[in-house]
Amino acid sequence: MSVNEEKKMTILKGIGVSPGIAIGKAYVIDRLDAKKVTPYKLEDSKLVAKEIKRFKKALKESEKQLLKIKKKLSDYEGIESLYIIDVHSMILRDQMLINDTIRTIKNKRINSEWALRMTIDKYRKIFNRVEDEYLRERISDVEYVGQRILRNLAGEKHEAISDIGEDVVIIARDLSPTDTAQMKVERVLGFATDVGGKTSHTAIVAKSIEIPAVVGLEKVVREVKNDDEIIIDGISGFVIINPDPDILRRYEDKKKHYQVIEESLLQYAVLPAVTKDNYRVDIGANIEFIEEIPSAVAHGADGVGLFRTEYIYIDKKQLPTEEDHFLSYKSVIEDKGIKGATIRTFDLGGDKFFSGHRVGRETNPQMGLRAIRFCLREVELFKIQLRAILRASIYGKTRVMFPMISGVGEFRDAKKIFNEAKDNLVAAGVPVAKDIELGIMIEVPSAVMVVDELAREADFFSIGTNDLIQYVLAIDRGNAQVSYLYEPLHPAVLKLIKHVVDAGHKAGIKVAMCGEMAGETAYTMILLGLELDELSMNPLAIPRVKKIIRDSSLWESKELLKKVMTFSTAAETEEFVRNYMIQRFPEDFPINEQ
Amino acid sequence: MGKTMEKKTFTIKNELGLHARVAAMLARESGRFKSKIFFERDGMEVNGKSLLEILTLACPKGSKITIRAEGEDARGAVEGLGILIEDKFGEN
Repeated sequence: MSVNEEKKMTILKGIGVSPGIAIGKAYVIDRLDAKKVTPYKLEDSKLVAKEIKRFKKALKESEKQLLKIKKKLSDYEGIESLYIIDVHSMILRDQMLINDTIRTIKNKRINSEWALRMTIDKYRKIFNRVEDEYLRERISDVEYVGQRILRNLAGEKHEAISDIGEDVVIIARDLSPTDTAQMKVERVLGFATDVGGKTSHTAIVAKSIEIPAVVGLEKVVREVKNDDEIIIDGISGFVIINPDPDILRRYEDKKKHYQVIEESLLQYAVLPAVTKDNYRVDIGANIEFIEEIPSAVAHGADGVGLFRTEYIYIDKKQLPTEEDHFLSYKSVIEDKGIKGATIRTFDLGGDKFFSGHRVGRETNPQMGLRAIRFCLREVELFKIQLRAILRASIYGKTRVMFPMISGVGEFRDAKKIFNEAKDNLVAAGVPVAKDIELGIMIEVPSAVMVVDELAREADFFSIGTNDLIQYVLAIDRGNAQVSYLYEPLHPAVLKLIKHVVDAGHKAGIKVAMCGEMAGETAYTMILLGLELDELSMNPLAIPRVKKIIRDSSLWESKELLKKVMTFSTAAETEEFVRNYMIQRFPEDFPINEQ
Repeated sequence: MGKTMEKKTFTIKNELGLHARVAAMLARESGRFKSKIFFERDGMEVNGKSLLEILTLACPKGSKITIRAEGEDARGAVEGLGILIEDKFGEN
């Protein structure tokens, strides 16, 4: 097992104050903690005078540094926070602060650090009594100044923050202008802080230099170590520490789409995804946190095409209760901005459940006891989730999708458990919706081979291309040695998708696609040609995909597909499709975009 | 001219009250005068030349503070500080 895999993924929720996605290594600004200061007695009275001198010297040093920072800050245009430096300078020169501390050094014959800490504590107590939240927060200015003095007492010149050598995500309790002034902003990918609000300095700076930021995380400094991998989602306010490979990939995808999204594209968000010859495609959003729904709606999702439920299990001390599940599903299902939700049942390995005891270690967990296999083994756990979905179903259009179905038997078993859960609820007088659809996530190649039979028993299909491609091409795309073979336009993949769509339509059921491929605009016309009924993707990809759909026709897309189906290699197909799209949509596919 | 004492009460009218920037303005203005200057709110009195002390008064919008100055330039001090407060410190 690599070091990476041993790091546990942690998800924190804060307030997104500057939109965008940042992914990178953590750089933790670890302040000298005033609480860690230790007292010592000055035995000799001569030492007292020396100590006072030392304190004054630290004050002088601190002031010099602030002046330097101020000078540097004034070189930046548009940073309106210069005055904070003045405030910090004034606190530094404040007679009460200085005299209080010096008096304590004298009277108690104690070291400067401890005396300063006592002064700051005194002010903290006073500020804590203040009712006005904004004014109460001003203690942080006093603390900044205190920390600077402490650093100078310790003989430290600067934080190393200006020497950052690589692109980093800054993790801090809070950021003051003095902190940000010392940063090489071009090295900073994003901010995540424990305190702060929408108008905090962190938020203002992040917005002005257009990097994502999440504040109010409460324990991010405690949870993160230097060099941890960090995702900052400034849209929904999540910070993910040491993400597992799936989450990481998903966010890389999101990030890619976020970067290209422009205001002008958002006009397509509200329009329906209808081709010029009137072929309508439903557009779904793939989400995992209910906090993502507003973004999904804003970007033009018709519904939630894939609600991943794993987050409910991750990052909890104990197993989620039926109520935890229920509240989450209810929020998605009842949201007025969307026309229903497809909820995918638990799609992880048992290790995410029991932290190791009940399930043995698997050498190949991708093909191990996970998803529906695990649920069919642990029926009672599965039923908790199903009952919650059933209870939530009365709040809006609900679809349930089982992942990793490899054949008819598994689907029947899952359906049977679902119906038992339903009958029990009904018998107990709990209302459930009558029209819940049960579908299959098509991602195991064997399911494609028996898709005709599955189509007779399912209410819908949703093709999970991420796993389907991996399984059918036998590629672990997390493995850099072979990831070049992960080719969504491989003729085998296209044939499989076509086979699934045809079988579904023959049986009169709808076929969706919910893998990353669905949000890739280079493939949009191919997917139109394949006549998928719904494309579900990360919300940020929606406007661009809609634009392509609205500017294409079904007829043209089918012609393109027909042509492409005659190629025998993925490379040919890929090149042909890219060139076609570049010519067809020169604005959307700049030549330099690979 | 001997020592004089000036005293006047003002209402804080700017939106965020005596926050850091305006408290700094007051402390700086006080510092320009030779007089001893005190700010008082609800029975608590602080040194008007100390930013920290002014902050500890925690005056939100609508609170009343009394400025007292003692010294040769006491009148000018109270007037000068009063203009800042009445002017909402130049904030909108």
